[in-house]
Formats: sequence, C-alpha cells, structure tokens
Amino acid sequence: MTSLPATTEKRLGLVIDLDTCVGCHACAVNCKEWNSGAQASPLSDVDAYGADPSGAWLNRIHTFEVTPADAPAQIVHFPKSCLHCDDAPCVTVCPTGASHKRSEDGIVLVNEDMCIGCGLCAWACPYGAREMDPVENVMKKCTLCVDRIYSETLAQEDRIPACVRTCPSSARHFGDFNDPESNVSVLVAARGGIELMPEMGTKPVNRYLPPRPKTKAAPRPDPARPAASACAATPKAEGFLGWLDAALDRLG
Amino acid sequence: MHPAVSVIFFTVSSGAGFGLIFLLGLGFPVGGGAGRAFLVSLAGGGLAVAGLLASTFHLGHPERAWRALSQWRSSWLSREGIAAILTLCLFGIYALVWMWTGARPALLGALASLGALVTVFTTAMIYAQLKTVPQWKTPLTPAVYLSFALASGWLLASALGDRAGAETGGIALVLLAWALKAAWWVRAGRTRLSDVGSSPETATGLGFIGRVRLLERPHSGENYLTREMVHVIGRKHARSLRRLALLLGAAVPVAILIVVALTGAPAPVNLLAALSMLLGLLAERWLFFAEAEHAVSLYYGNR
Repeated sequence: MTSLPATTEKRLGLVIDLDTCVGCHACAVNCKEWNSGAQASPLSDVDAYGADPSGAWLNRIHTFEVTPADAPAQIVHFPKSCLHCDDAPCVTVCPTGASHKRSEDGIVLVNEDMCIGCGLCAWACPYGAREMDPVENVMKKCTLCVDRIYSETLAQEDRIPACVRTCPSSARHFGDFNDPESNVSVLVAARGGIELMPEMGTKPVNRYLPPRPKTKAAPRPDPARPAASACAATPKAEGFLGWLDAALDRLG
Repeated sequence: MHPAVSVIFFTVSSGAGFGLIFLLGLGFPVGGGAGRAFLVSLAGGGLAVAGLLASTFHLGHPERAWRALSQWRSSWLSREGIAAILTLCLFGIYALVWMWTGARPALLGALASLGALVTVFTTAMIYAQLKTVPQWKTPLTPAVYLSFALASGWLLASALGDRAGAETGGIALVLLAWALKAAWWVRAGRTRLSDVGSSPETATGLGFIGRVRLLERPHSGENYLTREMVHVIGRKHARSLRRLALLLGAAVPVAILIVVALTGAPAPVNLLAALSMLLGLLAERWLFFAEAEHAVSLYYGNR
C-alpha cells in the first residue's frame, strides 16, 4: 500500500559525516557489489567496459566546492543515497503499491515484481535517490541493506549496510533515529546534523554532519596589498629567518 | 525533464479524445444515423484509447500495467487509470445505445462527460502534484490541460457534428485555452527552483559555510538521472517551438474557423483547424516537459 504509515516503530537510517569523508567512492563500489549479488535482481550495467558505460547505482558521490565570503574555498565530498524520508513522495505517487515504506523500521523499498517501471517515483524524489535499472526495467533504490541488517547468517559486525561496513574513514554511521541514545542520534545532536532540502517537505531520516569549522581563523586579505590573494598571506617568520626577512625588506 | 514522445502524444491525443467524449456526452448535436454516431464515437474513443496505449510504451513493464489500478487512495497516476477505463466503458455503452436505438441516454452521457473531465484532471495532477518541479506545481496546470482538451475536443466536434455556429464557440475556447497557457508560461518563468528557495546550498545543506558549486560529478558519463531529470537538450529550440505552438495551435485554427464562419464553408473543413491545433499542442507539450526544471539538477550544477 502506497499510503505512508503515520509513524514507524524504528526510524533506521544513515548519518554521513562530511568532515571525514575523503571521497574515495568505496561505499558506492561496495554498495554496487553487494546489490549485484543480492536476492533481488542484480544492479545492472550496460556497456560497462565499452565507450558509453551506463548503469544503476544506489549511492553516488558528488564533489562540491564551497566558498565562504571571507576565506578560501574548501572541497566537500558528498555521498548521496536514499534518505528514507518520513514523508516520502516517491511512495505516495506509486500507482501499483510496489513502492512502500515499512511501518516497523521506516525503510523505503520497491517490490520489484510489482514495479511497472513508470518512473514517476524518481520524478517525485528531489534527491535523485532512485534510478531505473537499464536491464531489468524496474526502479532501483537503496534498501538500507535490508538483507544484511536482519541477516542471521552474517557475522554480527557485518549486519550493517555495506556502505557503512566498508567506509575506510568511518564517515558513515547506521542506526535508529527513534532511539535518542543511539549512535546516530547522539552524533546528530552533538554535531548539528543537517537535513537536505527541508523546503521540499520530505522530512528525510538520514542526516549529514557538516564539515567542522577550520581550526585557524581564515586569513583576511590585506587591504594595503590588493594583489595578494587571501590564500597567499605570508606567515611571519621568527629568529634568523625573521632577521633575514627584515634585512631583505630593507634592501627593497 | 526528458520529453518522452509517448507521453507527449498520450497527453495531447487522450486530451482531445476525452474533450470530444465530454461534449458528446452532454449532447453535442450530431445528425445522421447510426453511421455518423459510430464515426463520431470512434473518433472520441479512438483518440483516448490511442493516447492511453501510447502511454504504456514508456513503461518498463507494460504487461504489469493492470497493477496501476490498485493505489487510487494515494496515487494520481492510479486514479487516472481508473477514471480513464470507467469513462471509456460508460462512453462505450452510451455509443452502443446511440447507434442501436438512435436515442442518446442523457444520464449515461452526463456520467461519461463527468468521467472525461475527471480523467483529464487526474492526468494533469500527475504533474501538478510534484514539488520537485515548481513550474508544474500550480492549479494552472490542470486548468491548462482541461481547457486544451475542451478546445481541441470542440474543434473535432464542430467538424464531425452538426452544431450551427460552432465556430464562434471554437474561437472562444481556443483563445481561452491559450490565455491560460500564457498565464502558465508567465508563472513558469517566475517559478524556477531558485525562486522557490531551492539551490545547491539547500540541496547540500552547506549554505551556512558559503556558496556551493559542483566541482566534479559522481560519474564520468550520463546516467538515468541526468538523462531523465537533468535533460537540457530539449530546450535548445524553445523559442522557435513556442512560436510554432502558437502558430499551429492558435493562429491557424482561429483563422480557419473565422473563414468557415464567414463563408459558410462545410463544417468538415473545421477538421483542418482541429488537426493544426493538435500539432501545435504537440509542440506545447514538448516544451512543458523540456523546459521543466527538476530539483535533482541542483546536484548536477544547475542553479
């Protein structure tokens, strides 16, 4: 049923730390690997080794440049996957009931046998979390590795989403947002977790931890030397170097 | 948004078909016997069915299309499917009775008319419900879809039926529809993502640090998202397509209707006006999709 549950027992989701993400794409690769060998149909590619490769991925890593008004630009690697929204528009638009949100844990899933591949759910998602499988012709999306987290055969430490398990910089965290004591809730409270595009009214569950402020105050451009750019402000030398610096300055 | 030919053809063709069904159900005068009744009903039903069939071509699994009738509680697409099938059934019975007995059952016709109205409305709401495309999310979208369906249906009816002076009504409806579309275009020009407060800064949540710019895409080639939602190639000829839409969709039909009204030329000449309008609407519908800006584009360098 594509009506949304009013509340869910758990609100499982991810916290993604933009401060520690190094943009290595390992989460996306492991996601692709796990979901290509999973119970449902594989996550397909077309012309993977050819001139025009294309395929469905459930996790994509964008890289943004953020420029403050008074400091040099910084790079932020930005992994993006389904945010398992509380008010998921991709679910309510689905005409078949294939797209649904589970009342027990809030995971948004697609029942592939019921999907007609109309693509309307992908249109309704502001985040680009859903991609049509080019071979299976059904909609694919992050399952929060529902086949790992409840597995009884995997080792305990592997019962987390593949992206979280593989992240070499521990930038990804998995847990229950309904539990105020959970690792994810604590992280969000401590670091001010961000909601993406709140103006779209989707109430996403996943949160992003913003990059920590730079430890030193950003150097301001010297108004007396307009040619010097903000990032090229020279630190003051001390000792012998300081004497040399001053001596050379006197020479002109 | 990617302008899919099947969806463009579907919305234009089924719009005209349901517009004609709406008018026939309300008793638009059609003289002659069972043959004429058959021909006119076939035109309305045929256009609607052709459009619906075309719409299944863009499905990944058309053989499962029946499943789309199940989620009417939440889904406008599901409601559309149900409304279309119910309307076509009602209209089919209406047409059979009409051909068999020569009488046109008013109640059944009114129900089919209501169904046609609801079907076009649900089609428009599939687009008008999407917050991700601010240019679509307005009551003007169903107003435009309904008025175009009515105008193109009227032109067909005036050509195939026998209503004296139908040209005047046709001119009024065509002008009304394009007036609404003009209002829609003006609003769309002022309702880009940036106008509703969405930007790369809100998309990433990093606006509190500074201005956000895409440095590198996640993938080297194109993917489903860029082809479907970040489609910009279709906007290349936007200006000339808009002129074409206005020429074929408004100017030519109105000119033909005026000539027919003034010279007393036979009504079937109005068919030329109807065909011209449908061609113009194909261009208009192409732009409806191609010019629409989707929120996902904010993650791909759009602003």
